[in-house]
Amino acid sequence: MSAAAGTAEESAAPPPPQKARSTPAILMRSPGFLVGAAIVLFWAFCAAFAPHFVPYDPLADDLLETLSPPSAAHWFGTDQIGRDVFSRVLVGARDILTIAPLATLLGTVLGTVVGLVMGYFGGWVDAIVGRLIEVMLSLPLIIVALMVLVALGPSTSTVIVVVGLVFTPLVARTVRAAVLSERHLDYVPAASLRGEGALHIMFVEILPNIWPPIIVEATVRLGYAIFTIASLSFLGFGVQPPSPDWGLAIAENYGVLVGGFWWTVVPATVATASLVVGVNLVAEGLQRALAE
Amino acid sequence: MQSAFGRFLVRRLVLSLLTLWLVSVVVFLGAQVLPGDPGRAILGPLADARAVASLNAELGTDRPPVEIYLSWVGDLLQGDMGQSYAYRAPVAPFVGEALLRSLKLVGVIFVIVVPLGIGAGVIAALNAGKPVDRIISVASLSLTVIPEFVSAIALILIFAVILRWLPLSATWPDGAGPLVQLEHLILPALPLVIVLFGYIARMARAGTIEALSSDYTRTAILKGLPWRTVLTRHVLRNALVPTITVVAAQTGYALGGLVVVEALFRYQGIGNLVLSAAKAKDFAMLQAGILTIGAFFIVATLVADCLTVMLNPRLRAELGR
Amino acid sequence: MTDRNQSAASPALELSRLSVAYTVRGRDLPVLSDVSLRIERGEAYGLVGESGSGKSTVALALQRVLPPNGRISGGHARVAGQDVMELGAAALRNMRANDVAMVFQDPGKALNPSLTVGRQMAEVYEILGASGTDAKDRGEAMLGRVRISDPTRVMASFPHQLSGGMQQRVVIAMALAKDPALLILDEPTTGLDATIEAEVLDLVDTLRQEFGAAVLFISHNLAAVASLCNRVGVLYAGKLVEEGPARALFADPRHPYTAGLLRCLPRAGFKGGPALDNIPGFPPVPGSITEGCVFAPRCGLAEDRCRTEAPPLYDVGNGRGSRCHFHDRVDDLPRMSEAPPVNLPERGPNVEPVLRLEHLSKTYKLPGNRNVQALRDVSLTLDPGETLGLVGESGSGKSTLANLVLGLAEHDAGGAISLDGTKLPASVHQRPRAAVKAIQIIFQNPDSALNRAHSVKYLIGRAVSRLAGLAGKARDERVVKLLEAVRLTPRQLPAKPRQLSGGMKQRVAVARAFAADPRVIVCDEPTSALDVSVQSAVLNLLTELQGERHVSYILISHDLGVVRHLSDRIAVMYLGRLMEIGPARSVLEGPHHPYTEALLSAAPTVTGERGTRIRLEGQIPSPVDPPTGCVFNTRCPRKFGPICETEEPAFTADDEGHAIRCHLPRGKLGRSPAPELAAASQGGAA
Repeated sequence: MSAAAGTAEESAAPPPPQKARSTPAILMRSPGFLVGAAIVLFWAFCAAFAPHFVPYDPLADDLLETLSPPSAAHWFGTDQIGRDVFSRVLVGARDILTIAPLATLLGTVLGTVVGLVMGYFGGWVDAIVGRLIEVMLSLPLIIVALMVLVALGPSTSTVIVVVGLVFTPLVARTVRAAVLSERHLDYVPAASLRGEGALHIMFVEILPNIWPPIIVEATVRLGYAIFTIASLSFLGFGVQPPSPDWGLAIAENYGVLVGGFWWTVVPATVATASLVVGVNLVAEGLQRALAE
Repeated sequence: MQSAFGRFLVRRLVLSLLTLWLVSVVVFLGAQVLPGDPGRAILGPLADARAVASLNAELGTDRPPVEIYLSWVGDLLQGDMGQSYAYRAPVAPFVGEALLRSLKLVGVIFVIVVPLGIGAGVIAALNAGKPVDRIISVASLSLTVIPEFVSAIALILIFAVILRWLPLSATWPDGAGPLVQLEHLILPALPLVIVLFGYIARMARAGTIEALSSDYTRTAILKGLPWRTVLTRHVLRNALVPTITVVAAQTGYALGGLVVVEALFRYQGIGNLVLSAAKAKDFAMLQAGILTIGAFFIVATLVADCLTVMLNPRLRAELGR
Repeated sequence: MTDRNQSAASPALELSRLSVAYTVRGRDLPVLSDVSLRIERGEAYGLVGESGSGKSTVALALQRVLPPNGRISGGHARVAGQDVMELGAAALRNMRANDVAMVFQDPGKALNPSLTVGRQMAEVYEILGASGTDAKDRGEAMLGRVRISDPTRVMASFPHQLSGGMQQRVVIAMALAKDPALLILDEPTTGLDATIEAEVLDLVDTLRQEFGAAVLFISHNLAAVASLCNRVGVLYAGKLVEEGPARALFADPRHPYTAGLLRCLPRAGFKGGPALDNIPGFPPVPGSITEGCVFAPRCGLAEDRCRTEAPPLYDVGNGRGSRCHFHDRVDDLPRMSEAPPVNLPERGPNVEPVLRLEHLSKTYKLPGNRNVQALRDVSLTLDPGETLGLVGESGSGKSTLANLVLGLAEHDAGGAISLDGTKLPASVHQRPRAAVKAIQIIFQNPDSALNRAHSVKYLIGRAVSRLAGLAGKARDERVVKLLEAVRLTPRQLPAKPRQLSGGMKQRVAVARAFAADPRVIVCDEPTSALDVSVQSAVLNLLTELQGERHVSYILISHDLGVVRHLSDRIAVMYLGRLMEIGPARSVLEGPHHPYTEALLSAAPTVTGERGTRIRLEGQIPSPVDPPTGCVFNTRCPRKFGPICETEEPAFTADDEGHAIRCHLPRGKLGRSPAPELAAASQGGAA
């Protein structure tokens, strides 16, 4: 056929690609994402380095200065056994920002594998695992976590495993839905027609196309991991004393709130709220950018 | 159509029972098998081995797990939820009272949050892209992720400590009338209202936006219908069906959040019951409480599914098939 | 029909220099520029153009329902004399309620899923002031007028309970209910089967005369437009480049774009005839060409003047206009493609067929112990280098047959697939590599078939390494050779599919299918996702590659023009059964099966001629519960007796290999007139 047609088609510029702007460029222009990222980075910095620069040892009690209000010496005051609240809040980011990401990572990896298997194989595999997931989801997360932690005793690694496992079905459900919408695309039978096996199709063909929902899901999960772990700590089943962890600090001190000693509790609540909102803003920003 | 719906209902009921059974297995495994030796778990590592053995005999936990499970389920079917180790009394009355109190609280929560959330979501959708939408969207997004104990602290400070508008305690005096009860329940309800508001508003917004951009809405506009008719008859009808499912699913979530809220406000509901049982290692009570929560959630989803199917003719046909 | 239509002197629609712009990321993209046209009362006007030409924007703009980022940036649109830009909210609603109605592409989406048809029909009359019961009665009567046989039942139904064709009738009924001055149809038949499409087009034609409404018919399908419209406008890159009476315009185009489009269409002649022409390049991005003629970069007649001076709409006589400086030289437009060598299949007693299918059936289990036979007892052979065209409505089993051949679905026990005389396992996962590489596929939609996460190099390279077993340098060399064979260059190697145009993507898919010397390629609607101007290049490429590599094709297409152009033999399927098979000429010219006759008759032609139109009555029966006897008997216009309902006809071939599953003797079966298109076509010779 035509050499003429061929060359003409090459010389004419094809229509520009669908995405005029890259995902990072969109993120950089999203105020919500930038605020969220700044908050998260701030707390990550505190988690890593705060012990080196805070004015007081967050664990050191001072029974002569209990419940003293904010002052030049103690910016945020002291708690019931005289520990410096400012130092405790900054260092308090440490445990939650170690446990929550690890739990999220565990839940995301397991959930992705389970979701891929369910979505790709379908049939009875999907039906059985789906039923199990429904069972897990018909108990509130915090209650499942509570039950297991009571049985095994609270410890950092148990909290990570329990929260990770509890998140697995949620991630799996998202991944499964993403796989199902890929599964009916023709590149899947096309791969079978060059003799590819199930593992190749799941991990090399389908997985690269479903990163966006997985990344978004992981970020959303991170927010909920912080939420859940803080709640567990508050209930006494998460991070254990004497850690300056926020949830724990609130649990230890909210009893004196009515007495007017608000500074023992308010910094930790503001810190927790800012962190979860920050993570959520990042998640929302990512979701919008990847959808564009 | 009616018989198709009947068939759907029967199948859905059977599935619910299957789920309930599986939940009972999970709860049993979590509360009885996972701790290994319940007697040892209660008395601690230093206790005398004979004391542990006699406690296990007293609890009936010296038998093989399958036997324990079967007798537990057998008793459950006759309405016997077992004996509380902590109270040395039957569990069932405790669970019943706690559930009733929690349902009151959940009722208050949903009466506030459902109209608020749906209203905000629809308003945001109708003003998509405008400042109103941005405010509602950012608010719902941020509020949803704030743990209940965090917002509860803020609410207590503002409404109970500073303004003194609302009582701090969730527990009303004996014999109090409904209005007084309500006054005591508002503050504990608000943290969960804040969390659920975001979910419901976002779902309602997404559903409304989808319906607004649909071809059938465009067709309705091009029929020359007044905007109000387009909105009520064509947009909202289709937009709000998915929201119902979310509301029901969130009922289950609300029961989880109750653990935190009830502990914080010292309200003797099912969440607090589970928490105290967990702290006291009162396994019979713990089991019963968790199973009750699971059963409640299963009923809520069942109701939601039936509503969704009844409101959506296409699903009605598909599911009945 | 009504006073309004007769007394009003103003045209149903008048666009004067209408321009529309969309704001995308802060930039204004002109989607329509200076479009002027008039549609008189009762006239049918066709607006044709490829995707992105702006044709649907016309419909949205003139009803003021542009998306939020679109706006009318200049000019006027007048519907029945009223300038829609100047109407207030109430007057605009009034205009929508009375004067203009629209039918969208997908009727399933245009109907509200949670209201009954009756409720939605009645609504139209209620706006016009009718009471509840009166509105319902009139709605039911209206359904009768769009030839719905059981209006009471349909009124009580929800949209999802109706078939696609029935839904479209309801939408048309809703549109015509207000007796509008202007009825807009935007691709109203695109998702429908050819037989249903023909029914809908017939219906619109009849109703247009009954109601006296003017019609604006928007479509990419030149033939459908030709069969329905008096006048036609051709849109290219937001400009009306040519306009005129339909017959004259299609017979003698006066703009090189129109001429090019017509030459791209496979219209007449059989395999071995001349190659299709094509239009090189791509339509421009809106707003990218600010100087000269928008078509100049792709035009074979373009001179310097065309690149600097934008042509006005020249009056070329007989009510025709052309936006081309050289409108009098369009006949001299050079051909853009050369005829490829054509391969004819090897036949004869010594030639073993490359593929032999024996008694293939496929049964799917449904819940409740019911079965569907998607394919029933199909036997056929495919010779080396041969193309077998597969036609039939949706649900006829074409795709099932293809999937069985490929091994993507497993045929029922009792059937057999042999490749070069060797029996193959049913599933592709059990087949040896040599068999897997021998049978490949080109999918309909390259966006779906090419994994968007991978580069062109990986897409083709992986197929080469898996199927041809090549690695390293040998693999890379093979990839480059394949790219060149499909007229792409190594520069495209690192590109991801989204960076390529539709035609280029389909070429990558073709290259992949040829990765390891295939013997048989299933071409599943290989061009139906492509615009006409791109389609012809891909068809030519398929012809050329067959000539070079001696591969056999199984071609599935709903476009009889494409099937005619490429096929040596044609098989016609209905409800999972072969109804007819034979040499392309015998099947198309007859004597043929009544079903084939109906399919041929349903296909509109670009000359706008309608032969003896045979229309099928009733719905396609459910394959769960197929009719007894001849499965076609419920819709057959030639059914002649109880034997059709009781006994399945025999399927025996004559000495040409032409088999027809019908009780009628051959002498009584229908024939098509000699290729009716030959006279008017310029691209092909008869």
